[in-house]
Amino acid sequence: MLRNIAGLKVAALAFGLVALAGCSTTNKPDVANPQAQAKPGTERDFILNVGDRVHFIVNQSTLTQQGMDTLRKQAAWLAQYPNVTIQVEGHADERGTREYNIALSARRATATRQFLASQGVQGSRMSTIAYGKERPVALCDAENCWNQNRRSVTVITGGAIPG
Amino acid sequence: MVREYSLKTKKSFGRCQMVLMPLVILFVLVAQVQASWSLEIDVTKGRVKPLPIALPDFIGDSSAQKFAHDITGIIGNDLASSGLFQPLPQASYIEQITSFGQQPRFGDWRTIQAQALVTGQINIQGDGRVRAQFRLWDVFAQKQITGLQFVTPQRNWRRIGHLIADAIYKSLTGEDGYFDTRIVFISETGPKNKRVKKLSIMDQDGFNVRSLTNGRSLVLTPRFSPTSQEITYMSYSGGTPRVYLFNLQSGQREVVGVFPNMSFSPRFGPRGHKVVMSLQQGANSNIYMLNLQTRTTLQLTNTEAIDTAPSFSPDGRNIVFESDRGGQQQLYVMDANGNNPRRISFGKGRYSTPVWSPRGDLIAFTKLSGGRFSIGVMRPDGSGERILTSGYHNEGPTWSPNGRVIMFFRESRGAQGGPKLYSVDITGYNERQIKTPGFASDPAWSPLLN
Repeated sequence: MLRNIAGLKVAALAFGLVALAGCSTTNKPDVANPQAQAKPGTERDFILNVGDRVHFIVNQSTLTQQGMDTLRKQAAWLAQYPNVTIQVEGHADERGTREYNIALSARRATATRQFLASQGVQGSRMSTIAYGKERPVALCDAENCWNQNRRSVTVITGGAIPG
Repeated sequence: MVREYSLKTKKSFGRCQMVLMPLVILFVLVAQVQASWSLEIDVTKGRVKPLPIALPDFIGDSSAQKFAHDITGIIGNDLASSGLFQPLPQASYIEQITSFGQQPRFGDWRTIQAQALVTGQINIQGDGRVRAQFRLWDVFAQKQITGLQFVTPQRNWRRIGHLIADAIYKSLTGEDGYFDTRIVFISETGPKNKRVKKLSIMDQDGFNVRSLTNGRSLVLTPRFSPTSQEITYMSYSGGTPRVYLFNLQSGQREVVGVFPNMSFSPRFGPRGHKVVMSLQQGANSNIYMLNLQTRTTLQLTNTEAIDTAPSFSPDGRNIVFESDRGGQQQLYVMDANGNNPRRISFGKGRYSTPVWSPRGDLIAFTKLSGGRFSIGVMRPDGSGERILTSGYHNEGPTWSPNGRVIMFFRESRGAQGGPKLYSVDITGYNERQIKTPGFASDPAWSPLLN
């Protein structure tokens, strides 16, 4: 229980960093930005140089090719830093009803977790949580925002190198 | 069982308990009269012409005058909000009511087109309690229809207005009213990407709003027990999102059951001792029933799909729910033991959040179609679908305890957008916003308090 609460705090921190980085629709490292230089093995390294999130199409939990590429990179990074534990957050866009979106986002988190497991990430290092439509990152009322909100985010809950 | 307390909820408890102090109905001044009312409203018709009703300020001596004026206002506001009554402006009244004992001059009230007249009196008793007496008159038949007296502690004074409005509604429509009720909902503050959500409660007319949680944990989908002052809801406190019970009288909160994964979308059964909800199992969500007395759990659905938003029929025999087992969200009805699921929604679009009417005759739902979110009703066999309101985003219907009014939330567009509460008659008329201090979502109507 305590570990989970601590994890949520870390999640909030990671969110803040992403918000600073802007609402990019890609997971590519931001090479043009000198601030993107991050110490290897840190949360910042993971977010900026690996990509912490994958996106989904409307009402779907099937991973896209791009999503699978990102998750393979996540798995490789996690293999490199075996002390790191993660929580996969599932999210849905606002164009659905509350209860269904909670379940749909659980499905997305599960799909992400299962793919990471297939890439060798141990189950004991991973947890999931479903946020439904409660935690949008992009706020406009158009598809180019909603598609950023249909996502799963891999949040580091412990074991990363400080900095 | 996990029991958790917080100072905040204890404070709320204090206030809730005060509100819940029983009102005493001392006696009926004049019993319900003749079965053959000449004055009657048919609530089953689509658009009825509201009944003109005269409501002069209740009489009160100097200490009770403020109560007398305000209680009269509450009655008028309740009756007008139903869309079935039209309180006439007091400036138009010819006769001045100066004594509760006075027989009205019915001709004066006919002249201003009033069909019903309410007279009343408020006193502060020696023990400090408020006493209200009222009479409802049929202007054309020139007779009293009903008369009642209520006594209550002063802090409950608003309830007197709601109780009198309910009595008038029942006398003239033949159906129970819904004014002496409360709404539990989620109050929302802060920007859309950092929304703070609190479990909140208020009177049906938007007064006496108070928070039941402190906003530190995300809370969603509160539902009232149909039989007690209890709420079930979902909370993200403690890491894994789970279904909780909140007792309004004790202020006590407890988790409904500890399951390996998330539990969500709870709703009470009709007798209040069962909760149906969804449990997440990997990618799937299935529906379970938990008996609060025996603490036994029964699995009702077992599909490779999302089954959620279960709602009992008022006779307890059936459960309506939504499922995407056929590819997209549709409504299904099953027996209360999970047998015999059959799809009932076949219109164009996705159907969601079904809620069975307390009368049993209709199921309210959210419909997603053509980029619009609508609130509608259909019969339990799926026939007779009617859309009551439609727009960018309407969601989450809840029924008034008499099954005549539906409350829901309507979300406005964009980065600054947010939800507000609205009500609409099941006829589709009389749409109104329920005023809340800020954004509000997930309303759930209580049963009648008395």
